[in-house]
Amino acid sequence: MTAQEIHDSLKAKFEGAVVEAKLDAPQPWIRIDEHRIRDVCRFLCDEPGFEFDYLMCLSGVDYNDGNLGVVYHLSSMPQKHKIVLKVRCTKEDPHVQSVASVWGTANWHEREAYDMFGIVFDEHPDLRRILCGDDYPGHPLRKDFKVPEFYNGMKVPY
Amino acid sequence: MIDSKTLPTNYVTKPEKRATSTGRSLRTDEMIINMGPQHPSTHGVLRLEIVVDGEIVVDVIPHIGYLHRCFEKHAEHMTNYQQVIPYADRMDYLSSMSNDWAYALTVERLLKLEVPQRVEYIRVIMAELQRIASHLIAVGTYAIDMGAFTPFLWCFRDRERILDLFEMTCGARLLYNYIWVGGVSHDLPAGFVEKAKDFCKDFRTTLKEVHDVLTYNEIFVKRTANVGVLPKDVAVNYSCSGPMLRGSGVDWDLRRDDPYGVYGKFEWGVQIGKGTKGTVGDCWDRYMVRMNEMEESTKIVEQAIAWLPEGNVQSAIPKRIRPEAGEMYARTESPRGELGFYVISDGTASPYRVKGRAPAFVNLSVLPEISKGAMIADLVAIVGSVDIVLGEVDR
Repeated sequence: MTAQEIHDSLKAKFEGAVVEAKLDAPQPWIRIDEHRIRDVCRFLCDEPGFEFDYLMCLSGVDYNDGNLGVVYHLSSMPQKHKIVLKVRCTKEDPHVQSVASVWGTANWHEREAYDMFGIVFDEHPDLRRILCGDDYPGHPLRKDFKVPEFYNGMKVPY
Repeated sequence: MIDSKTLPTNYVTKPEKRATSTGRSLRTDEMIINMGPQHPSTHGVLRLEIVVDGEIVVDVIPHIGYLHRCFEKHAEHMTNYQQVIPYADRMDYLSSMSNDWAYALTVERLLKLEVPQRVEYIRVIMAELQRIASHLIAVGTYAIDMGAFTPFLWCFRDRERILDLFEMTCGARLLYNYIWVGGVSHDLPAGFVEKAKDFCKDFRTTLKEVHDVLTYNEIFVKRTANVGVLPKDVAVNYSCSGPMLRGSGVDWDLRRDDPYGVYGKFEWGVQIGKGTKGTVGDCWDRYMVRMNEMEESTKIVEQAIAWLPEGNVQSAIPKRIRPEAGEMYARTESPRGELGFYVISDGTASPYRVKGRAPAFVNLSVLPEISKGAMIADLVAIVGSVDIVLGEVDR
C-alpha cells in the first residue's frame, strides 16, 4: 500500500485527525492530532490490508520552535510496507496519547521520550524515567537544556 | 504455531497453599530481591528488581541507565557527521562494526550517496565476521551461565582470531572506527584474505565441537528447553528482533527483508527456531538460532571473499558532509537484531537529532513478559538468552 493510499484512508476514516502530510519525502510522513494518535495507531495495527504490527522506532524530537514532537516509524511484516507518523505538542503542555496499549514496545520508548524530552504520555501504564536517575533535574535532550552546576552536591563540569 | 493463549500448562506454576498435617495453612510472603547491578549473570550493569514467592518469580522490573553515556546528546554536539562514528562504536561494544555500518548507512541514504562495490563487499565481510564474534560471546557466556566452562574457552579462542583479523585491518581490537560515511578507513591489508579463509575453514570444526559438548548436552537442554517461552505474537508486539524474534519462529531477517549492502548476491538462509527440544521460542531455540547463524555467516564471508572486487575504498568519502534538511531512518541487522538510526538534518554540518534504536534495549523490554512464573535459576537462563549488551541498552 502506498503512502498516498494510507493517507487517504486515514483522512476518510478519522475526520480532522490528519493535520499535515509530506508524501513526496524519501520516507513519507503523516502528522496526526496528538489526542487521536492512539485510535489511529489501533486502526493501522489491526485493520486488514494495513497490518502495521511492528513499531520499529519511536523517537522524541525538540523542534526548537516551542514544539516537541514524537515520531513513529511503523512497518508491516505481512504487507511489507512502511509509514512514518508524527505528532506535535507544545513545551508548555506536552501531552500526547500513549500507544503502549497498541504495541508493547512503545512502553520503554515512551519512557525514554519522557525522560529525555519531558513529553507526558497520557494513560501510559508506567511513566517513570528510564535512563537518567529519578532525581535528575530537567530533560537533557531538549535544546534549551542547561547542564546544572551541581548534581547531588557534585560539581558537574569537572 | 504457539501463541500466548496456548502456553504449555506446566510453564506458569501457581504457588500452592502449603498446610501442616492438621490442615493449618501457611502464609506465603512475597519478597523483593535485587539481582544486580553487580551480578555475574546480568552481563553488565543491569539491575533486576524481582518479586518472588518462594523460588518463583512473580514479577520482574528491570532498572537500566547505569551505563548511560548520552550518545544522542553527544551526537548533536559534534561538528561533523563523521565524528559520531566513534561514539556509535561504543553503543554495542561487542559488535562495533555493525554500529558503524548502521550509522554510516543512514547518513549515506540521507546524502543519496552510492559507495563503491569493493566497500560494500568489505563491509559485508566485516559485519559477518563481527556477527560470528558477537555470537561466540553470546554462546560462550551463556554456557558459563548454565555451568559449562569449556565451550566458553573454545568460543573465546576463535573470537580471538577474528579480533586479530580486525586488528590487522584497522589497528583496533574492539572499537574500530572503521566503517566511515562513504567508505572504510583502510583497505584490506596483505594476507587478510588468506587468514580469513583459514579461519572460515577451521571455524566449522569449532562449531561442531560446541554442538557436541553443549547443544545436545542433557543438562543444557534441561536448563533451556521450555524455559522463557516467547510466543510469536508477543515477540512481534514488543518489536523483538534478531535471534530473539527468529527463535520464536518468525521468518524475518532485515538482510533479506529490507535489503541493504550486497546481501542479495550471496546464498544463505534465514535461521528460525523450530522447537526441536521443547516449545518454539524457548531459550534453547534462541541459542540454536545463534549457532546456526554463525554457520550462515561463515558461508557469506567465504562467498564475499571469493568475489571481492577491486577498487578504491576511499574514493566516495565526501570531503564535507552537509545533507539537505530532511530526515532518514535506516535499519540494519546487527547481531542482536534491528539496529536503526533516525537522523534529522537541518542542513548544517552536524546532525540536528540522532536517535539510536538499539535492539538490546527493545529486546530487554519483553523480559517481564517471559519470566513470570519461572524459577530464579531460570531467570538467569532467560536473561542470558536475550543476549543484552548494556552499552547498547543504555547508550
